[in-house]
Amino acid sequence: MAANLPTQSQVQGGAGVTEPGIAHDEHAHHDEHHEQSFLQKYIFSTDHKVIAKQFLITGILWAIIGGTLSSLFRLQLGWPESTFEWLSPFLGKWIEAGKLNPEFYLALVTMHGTIMVFFVLTAGLSGTFSNFLIPLQIGARDMASGFMNMLSYWFFFLSSVVMFASLFIETGPAAAGWTIYPPLSALPQAIPGSGAGQTLWLVSMALFIVSQLLGGVNYITTVINLRTQGMSMSKLPLTIWAFFLTAILGLLSFPVLFSAALLLIFDRSFGTSFFLSDIYIAGQALPNTGGSPILFQHLFWFLGHPEVYIVIMPAMGMVSEILATNARKPIFGYRAMIGSLLGISLLSFIVWAHHMFVTGMNPFLGSVFMFLTLIIAVPSAVKTFNWLATLWRGNIRFTTAMLFSIGFVSLFIAGGLTGIVLGNAALDIQMHNTYFVVAHFHLVMGSSAFFGLWAGVYHWFPKMFGRMMDEKLGYVHFWLTFLGVYLVFLPMHYVGIAGFPRRYYAWTGFDTFSQFADLNKFISAAAIIAFFAQFVFIFNFFYSIFRGRRATENPWNSTTLEWTTPVVPGHGNWPGAIPAVHRWPYDYSKPGAAEDFIPQHVPYSQTQSSNLPYEKEME
Amino acid sequence: MTTLGILLVLVLLLVVFGLLFRLQIMTSIFSGSSSREIGVSNRVNAILFIIFMIVGGAAFAWSFIDNYDKMNPPIASVHGHATERMFWTTMIILGIVFTLTQILLFVYSYKYQHKEGRRAFFFPHNNKIEVIWTLIPAIVMAGLVFAGWKEWTRITGPAPKGSVVVEVMGKQFNWLVRYPGRDQKLGVVNYRLIDATNEFGFDLSDKNGIDDFVAPEIHVPKGHPVLLKIRSRDVLHAVYMPHFRVQMYAVPGMPTKFWFTPTKTTDEMRAQTGNPKFNYELACNQICGRGHFAMKLNIIVDEPDDYVAWYGQQKSFSEQNPDVLAGFKQKSDNLVDNETAASAAAVVPTAKASL
Repeated sequence: MAANLPTQSQVQGGAGVTEPGIAHDEHAHHDEHHEQSFLQKYIFSTDHKVIAKQFLITGILWAIIGGTLSSLFRLQLGWPESTFEWLSPFLGKWIEAGKLNPEFYLALVTMHGTIMVFFVLTAGLSGTFSNFLIPLQIGARDMASGFMNMLSYWFFFLSSVVMFASLFIETGPAAAGWTIYPPLSALPQAIPGSGAGQTLWLVSMALFIVSQLLGGVNYITTVINLRTQGMSMSKLPLTIWAFFLTAILGLLSFPVLFSAALLLIFDRSFGTSFFLSDIYIAGQALPNTGGSPILFQHLFWFLGHPEVYIVIMPAMGMVSEILATNARKPIFGYRAMIGSLLGISLLSFIVWAHHMFVTGMNPFLGSVFMFLTLIIAVPSAVKTFNWLATLWRGNIRFTTAMLFSIGFVSLFIAGGLTGIVLGNAALDIQMHNTYFVVAHFHLVMGSSAFFGLWAGVYHWFPKMFGRMMDEKLGYVHFWLTFLGVYLVFLPMHYVGIAGFPRRYYAWTGFDTFSQFADLNKFISAAAIIAFFAQFVFIFNFFYSIFRGRRATENPWNSTTLEWTTPVVPGHGNWPGAIPAVHRWPYDYSKPGAAEDFIPQHVPYSQTQSSNLPYEKEME
Repeated sequence: MTTLGILLVLVLLLVVFGLLFRLQIMTSIFSGSSSREIGVSNRVNAILFIIFMIVGGAAFAWSFIDNYDKMNPPIASVHGHATERMFWTTMIILGIVFTLTQILLFVYSYKYQHKEGRRAFFFPHNNKIEVIWTLIPAIVMAGLVFAGWKEWTRITGPAPKGSVVVEVMGKQFNWLVRYPGRDQKLGVVNYRLIDATNEFGFDLSDKNGIDDFVAPEIHVPKGHPVLLKIRSRDVLHAVYMPHFRVQMYAVPGMPTKFWFTPTKTTDEMRAQTGNPKFNYELACNQICGRGHFAMKLNIIVDEPDDYVAWYGQQKSFSEQNPDVLAGFKQKSDNLVDNETAASAAAVVPTAKASL
């Protein structure tokens, strides 16, 4: 039975030895049992590659929804005086006398954030590529537990259904911001979205966290136990290091969000006062006393901050891989890259309160968190310099994936630097919750992570579907998006420096915020155009699945193990034995080598002309 | 009808696009360029990066200079000048790093584009360089942290003795303002006592509250430290006063505070900005519901003398609402006479030295 494959590979990986005999048996019995029902093969599949595609396609659907929501609120922000009667066929009662309902505006903002951060950039990005690449790149037949992996997707799916349903209910979806700060998120009297919409949000997130934990445990176990022979931790591609550390971050931080959500559910439904105190609302003094809304913020950001690294680290890993492959050069400072990932992972847990400098938290705590926050800039800087050094004296092929990787580095620099302003408590007094923050995180974790996602899709598409995506359309997609992102988010800094608060339905009520009406129109137009440019990608993606040019086994001349599998790897990934690994993953353009890349599974004995002195011993 | 028209145009555009796409694939197959691994497009992309850098950089510089005046709200507080200086110093450092790294990124991309027969330089690591570029950002960060920490401690340190005290309370969707009255002491408030008249929840059995007064806007004297006490009575709000570089959350159940020293009166600022209608504005900066975007309060910075005069004219809440006071009187009778006459001048204590 195909279903017992993971167990066998577990034995194999656990022993750390590849036994060709067993693998060949598998091969044989693979071909016999190739017929799986449609349901088994594509829906309730335990194959990591199918699950990866499920995550990817669900993620793309969510990205379309999240992008649409942002276009809607950018319309409002760009043209606050206009009427949007033409939207009423879609939005129904949320268009009141031609105007967008302000509470629905907040719901749009909230859902855009929730969808993009969790459903697209966590599940869609890390879910897709951790699943797809971990077994393929470490040389495993599948995840440690295929069944848990399947559950991980289906919990995500369930969570998606609940969140999607919440968009259509009478009182509207959650509207208290993606950070769902109580008391606003706890009291339906305060905003209608905090009624059923918020309940569904919390249920959905609880399911989402279950999905994340099932996935995370699996990724970690797989990386630790199922590496093929010779694949020591110091020979892992940086992608795997990134996924591995991301999974650890998720495993340690998501439970804290779960606890925050649980306590909030208690406050909302069972009359507890964890986060509520001294509240008079809707003509009534509530009985709750002694709770602290700030406590919620601590719990939320204890996840929330690692979360931004959960989003960005997989992108960093993939970009490192793609830059090296297409510059035909080893990644510069492989160990420093791992070290900086470790540093970022560690520090990401002790910087959360920089989101809370002006919440009334003790200023001394602010000083400590400012110090820790600015330290985290150092490993990020190291990574950036290493990427630049990787390009230096390379021989660069501009595949679409490479363009997006270079774009990633550009956006990561642009967005990362302003983090140094925001991490400074004294400067955060003015910048907190302004569009400066919005511009900052949309560049550094939003757009960058999206660029990482696209780079990954273009790069590994041939291995996923056995076909190539169209390069020309890819170029159009990249240039429109790259331009679009800068046109949206650079001017947004100006608006932020001027102090425009975020989550405002309109700034027209304030004299102080009257000067950038034109700029906001410009930003909105650029954002909407950039959003429509994404349909080039969506067309390219789905078209290429069925009609794209056929791929070869290793179209990018890459060194890592996934490219040693057949064009479309079957269940179990390698038809024969799993290749053993002999060298690090970045032997590109090695002096003396016949070709400009030496795959990881090629032993030193076959490359005597290019071996470095210390490698001679390993011949 | 228009919607239908737009949809029709979109559909036609898609069809045209699809046809062009097929055509492009066909021609590339027939011309054989689809089988070439690295073609002209590699060069085109390399050039586009350079164009992007030059045109984009120029556009960025131009738009930045063009908008510079609009993006700096005039400063009207002592610490505001310090943080503003630090902000732009930091931005200059960041700007230099940004420019250098972006130039390297795009120039390398262009310069090291694929060339037939060339081989990339095998350069896996170099410890010396790596140590240097770990240390440099670490040192720069240390400097920024230290400067930021010093300023932050100064700003968030205790307010000078004798600061003018104002209390702001956020509620959906406006701000309430309270002054301590002549005794300089804010009375106790209790959220359970809030109703349509007693919006603040005054507990008038506390004698300190008898002379407290409420105001429709904030008045503060120029040149005096002002201690803003901040409350919320329902959900989170945030007091954000961009001109004073002041921001602090209003948290239900946890009073917060922020002190600052205004440096320019409203009239001076009107003259400076050339806008006769200029007002210092307080905006809510923490999502709080439907009216979040309209939760505004004006702040008026007076000359100290005008402030004293204004303060003296205010009638206490208890005086304006004798019914509420009577309600509390029934409960307890040991109220001190309202006329604990301190001179109005005492309202602005002689703390000018702190400037």
